[in-house]
Amino acid sequence: MNDIIEGRAWVFGDSVDTDNMYPGFAMKLPVGEAAKHVFYDLRPGWTDEVQAGDIVIAGKNFGIGSSRPVAQLFKHLGVAALVADEFNSLFLRNSINFGLPALTIPGVTAAINDQDHVRLDVRAATIERPSDGVRLTGSPLPEFVLEIIEQGGLLPKLVADGYIPTDPAQIHGSGQELSA
Amino acid sequence: MGMTMIEKILARAAGRDHVDVGEFVVCEVDMTVLIDLQFATLWASPTRIADPDRLAVIMDHAVPAPSIADADGGVRARAFVTQHGIERFFDVGRHGICHQVIAENGLARPGEILTCTDSHTCAGGAYNNAARGLGPIEVYSIMCTGKTWFQVAPTLRYELVGEKPTVVTGKDIFLHIAGTYGDATNHNLELGGLGLASVPMNDRRTIATQGAEISADFTTFPVDDLCREFLEARSDRPLEPVDPDPDAGYAAVREVDLSTLEPYVARPGGVANNAIPISEVEQRPVNQCFIGSCANGQIEDLRIAADMLRGQKVAPGVRLIVTPASQAVYTEAVRAGYVEAIAESGAIVTNSTCGACFGYHMGVLGAGEVCLTASTRNFRGRMGSPDAEIYMASPYTVAAAAIAGHIVDPRKVAIS
Repeated sequence: MNDIIEGRAWVFGDSVDTDNMYPGFAMKLPVGEAAKHVFYDLRPGWTDEVQAGDIVIAGKNFGIGSSRPVAQLFKHLGVAALVADEFNSLFLRNSINFGLPALTIPGVTAAINDQDHVRLDVRAATIERPSDGVRLTGSPLPEFVLEIIEQGGLLPKLVADGYIPTDPAQIHGSGQELSA
Repeated sequence: MGMTMIEKILARAAGRDHVDVGEFVVCEVDMTVLIDLQFATLWASPTRIADPDRLAVIMDHAVPAPSIADADGGVRARAFVTQHGIERFFDVGRHGICHQVIAENGLARPGEILTCTDSHTCAGGAYNNAARGLGPIEVYSIMCTGKTWFQVAPTLRYELVGEKPTVVTGKDIFLHIAGTYGDATNHNLELGGLGLASVPMNDRRTIATQGAEISADFTTFPVDDLCREFLEARSDRPLEPVDPDPDAGYAAVREVDLSTLEPYVARPGGVANNAIPISEVEQRPVNQCFIGSCANGQIEDLRIAADMLRGQKVAPGVRLIVTPASQAVYTEAVRAGYVEAIAESGAIVTNSTCGACFGYHMGVLGAGEVCLTASTRNFRGRMGSPDAEIYMASPYTVAAAAIAGHIVDPRKVAIS
């Protein structure tokens, strides 16, 4: 993981729930197919527009709901990081544990607009809009959490520690994160 | 400063005398529960696990398998429990929704930590347990290593006073809290007080289960006489409950006078700041009514449904689906005559599963339909089409609506 991530921002509102990102019907599909339904109702067609390296920003209580591994879908779509005014703790952990940076930066949805080009410093928990220098700082993640993100989530660590066979083909449903 | 209930449990599990809000702690996990979806979605047979005695495998979300992918997950689950000698395996037929099976088997013990791949794992807080849902890869990791980390969140204390009226259930108490105070994101909930004596264990579990709906981390209750009686019937070891210190620090202390509550209804789209007393809600005609899930598929919920429906008929144009939370609940409901009373009214009693609650199978909603549900969650699209509307209420209120054909105060529908 690079500490600095630059990309296009997609800005969403408060209490975006997991059913909006990983609806029940999509749970019946392989990761690649399920990923086509992220924000299916909130912003139809978004998965055709999002590009590798983009950043998803949301308001308060981002990710309330299920333990469904939404981060797997975001990673499949190439989303580079999540930023929110406030995260639901289960959703935050799920993102970190799949190696997807997730930064809590209060005020972010008020300051950043949809389609803005922004620069994140994951270690410092800052977001900056280079075009006018707007810059916000959140609460930095502790070192051991940053390490989980840096190693690509928990799966590579479990493989390295010998808990899981090293052949990715033996990991059902792992999507792309093992090789990422 | 003293510690709240949850702070004490986390401190104990971390081998510490004291923890403060904001601290990160690494905890030994006492019990971890894998569910069927884990095996159907993200799974590799591990080379070794931390402790087979601290693991349970419960088939619940998609049983009997509605798809080949779910059936293949079952194959992987059975191979895993055989390979690793997991004794606590609740396969189809002795299964149930994991939080019900956890309760029936005393797996969520006072003062201990329980983790599981389902967001409603906080249900175990009814038994003074630090229980919470975690993502599938984290639960897998705990299965392997036996531990994980938590950040100690501030605690909101709900002080219950007064006596709960009969028709007011745990669902109504929770919806009152959610409707009045909104989200509790990155906070813990602690409930207690003299009013708790009038809240039976099933209602406490409904409340603890739904802590997830206001985004709380942990929701915990103390062990009082009712809880002790419940747990001692399901435990072979001494209980080691925790109580909050008198000088524990809370983010807020809020009093709830149970005697003043009436039935509540949450409007579609979530419960936070979106639940109101039944006297203020619109009397919407309903297409589907549902009583089930880890929150409201307990035997007491089926008893309420049976009492309301006995000698009555489900209104034309309404589907009432009742799903027992476990095979044990199902068989008890058969013996007690509840299934007969419910089925003869024109309702459907299904096998035990998470089913309609999460819009996966056995009662999916179509576009334009209105549902009143006694289950866990009423997000847009949760139970099927995003163009369906999901209201939420207690089993009394849901059964009353099924009879009347529209949302109605259950106190206005005679109980046989």
